[in-house]
Amino acid sequence: MLSLESITKTTQDWLFAKFSPEIALTIECVIVILLCITLFAVLGLVLVLLERKVAARIQIRLGPNRVGPGGIFQTAADTLKLIMKEGLTPDSADKFLFNLAPFIVMMVAMLLLAPIAFAKNFQIWDINIGVLYISAVSSLSVIGILMAGWASNNKYSLLGAMRSGAQIVSYELSAGFAVLTIVVLTGSLRISDIVASQENGWWLFKGHIPVIIAFVLYIIAVTAETNRAPFDLAEAESELTAGFHTEYSGMKFALFFLAEYINIFIVCAIGATLFLGGWMPLHIGHWDGFNHIMDYIPSSVWFMGKTFFLIFVIMWFRWTFPRLRVDQLLNLEWKYLLPISLFNLLLVTVIAIMGWHF
Amino acid sequence: MYNQTEIIKDTTDLGPDGELVINMGPQHPATHGVLHLVVTLNGETIKKIEPHLGYIHRSIEKMCERLSYRQFIYVTSRMDYLSSHINNTACALLIEKGMQIEVPERAKVVRTILNELTRIASHELWIGAMAMDLGAFTPFFYAFREREMITDIMEDTCGARLTMNYIVPGGLMYDIHPNFQTKVKAFVKQFKEKVTEYEDLVTGNIIFQSRTKGVGVLTAEDAISYGCSGPVARASGVSCDMRKIAPYDAYDRVEFDEVIETAGDSFARYIVRVKEMNQSIRIIEQLIDNIPEGEFVGKTKNVLKLNKGEFYQRVETARGEFGVFIVSEGGTTPYRIKFRSPGFSNLSVLNHIAKGSKIGDLMATMGTLDLVIPDIDR
Repeated sequence: MLSLESITKTTQDWLFAKFSPEIALTIECVIVILLCITLFAVLGLVLVLLERKVAARIQIRLGPNRVGPGGIFQTAADTLKLIMKEGLTPDSADKFLFNLAPFIVMMVAMLLLAPIAFAKNFQIWDINIGVLYISAVSSLSVIGILMAGWASNNKYSLLGAMRSGAQIVSYELSAGFAVLTIVVLTGSLRISDIVASQENGWWLFKGHIPVIIAFVLYIIAVTAETNRAPFDLAEAESELTAGFHTEYSGMKFALFFLAEYINIFIVCAIGATLFLGGWMPLHIGHWDGFNHIMDYIPSSVWFMGKTFFLIFVIMWFRWTFPRLRVDQLLNLEWKYLLPISLFNLLLVTVIAIMGWHF
Repeated sequence: MYNQTEIIKDTTDLGPDGELVINMGPQHPATHGVLHLVVTLNGETIKKIEPHLGYIHRSIEKMCERLSYRQFIYVTSRMDYLSSHINNTACALLIEKGMQIEVPERAKVVRTILNELTRIASHELWIGAMAMDLGAFTPFFYAFREREMITDIMEDTCGARLTMNYIVPGGLMYDIHPNFQTKVKAFVKQFKEKVTEYEDLVTGNIIFQSRTKGVGVLTAEDAISYGCSGPVARASGVSCDMRKIAPYDAYDRVEFDEVIETAGDSFARYIVRVKEMNQSIRIIEQLIDNIPEGEFVGKTKNVLKLNKGEFYQRVETARGEFGVFIVSEGGTTPYRIKFRSPGFSNLSVLNHIAKGSKIGDLMATMGTLDLVIPDIDR
């Protein structure tokens, strides 16, 4: 039912039978863009509500419960409010960069969607350097943040952007090394190959302790990369009011806000793909009956389930931990996480060469 | 009209060494009110902090000089609004001392219980607010769950939840609510069960400890020379509990420990306040079953007149030593009144202890000083 494979295949075949390849490709592009934008809107609505509900649950309160049943339309109402709001540009701001910054942040988030495999054979672009592409593009978002902080001509924004720059550049390394461990084990940078290699078990279970360490490092690093608590120094509400987006209002603020949630979704999706088998169902050794039942659950459900589990973990962090200080943040990366991940990569390489993994 | 380049020149305060002057407040999430800090930064490092006061100055002292001795007590609730009971008590005690009014035992005991409940409520709010300054939002709600019970007790007995105005010269305004004892006991029970919850969430947290340990260290000598009091001074090893030094109300007949830590850093200040809450619970437990029967207010004249002279009374609020100084000319209103607020002296050390640290440390230091701005400005 929920298997998306047949839908994509039928559409593709039909388009290529009806039109010349160029036109068919153009139509496919339009469809993909529309789907992406829809996904963005839906994800924004769902994730913001989810965050507020998770926060409420952790903080022994109810959360939004007035607009619609259980407050499900709260985010829609908030978005409506943000659309109606005037998008102020400060007088002394660099107007071009100020207005460009939210779109850059948003664009980067959108580009990252391309190589993600949402379900079996449901992927926009199965590029052969998928993992490299993800690492490369995700580091671009810091440009948007720096741009926003600089162009606002606000001291809080500048401090926030400065912190964010230092933070994203540092934690990119750990995230990169964590991703590399899986590349070493799989021997391929292509996302579909990585998913296929986990058919008889997820890397988290197959790869012994080093992969578990890599997974933990990955989660820590991406929490920092997406500027989430306890690494939300770029926003640091109590220190810098709102950090790099202090001066933004209305829809431009909403784009930053949305980009944050989309980025969380993407890093969690990548984490799920690399470590938790992507859309692969859970298979345990020779339990054939169990494996068979698991196969009945559609691949899209598996993927979304794993991704949302990781998203929940990251939200859980936010509502539990206090924020780190800026020097502690950089110490954590350069003195602890980076050496650990380097050594870990070495260990994984040895395991891969000797063939010790399952 | 300015042209644009002039405005940019105006707002970018880059000193000769690349210093950045930043205005924290009067509207800033971490200053808890309208405190205005002019912070000079070098990168993330703080070079100088200059507090600017006066944004919520209401000339309370001058106002009190125009009000009678019965009326002026209620203005003091608006100073340190988190320990309004204790402020009221200080004023009432001063008048009782000056006019030799006999206070019934019942009133003394009830006052002590209410003061300790106020202290717990204040510290609860502080835990939440401080955790929020450090970026943890959740402890706030856990702390407020217990604080809510206290405000409910206050609402039943005093009719108000924040500015109680329950204490009058000679005793209490009216008798305690019939369910006072049961509700306080229920609170004590719940507090003992739940206090571990947010202690687990905050005290044991490795990030919290690394954010506060060794941050904003105040030595005992500095604490004395700056006139610090309350938990801030006690965390530096200075014994300064007014409840021990100059007992008032029923404090001389209860057993409790003065909590003293010696580290002097933000974490020590945190520990002092948490332990103080437990001591307050201990005091309440000793008194709640032994509230004497009898009158709740002593006999006073309708119009109160202090004899000519100078009077001083000090008490221990949740923030430290609170003093009331009155010069009387023998009339129905004070000639001159001066409040010694603990927050003002505690704020004065901020530049001294936060200089050279990071912006994040400033929040930890300021959070653990427990500033209430209306108390500082008056």
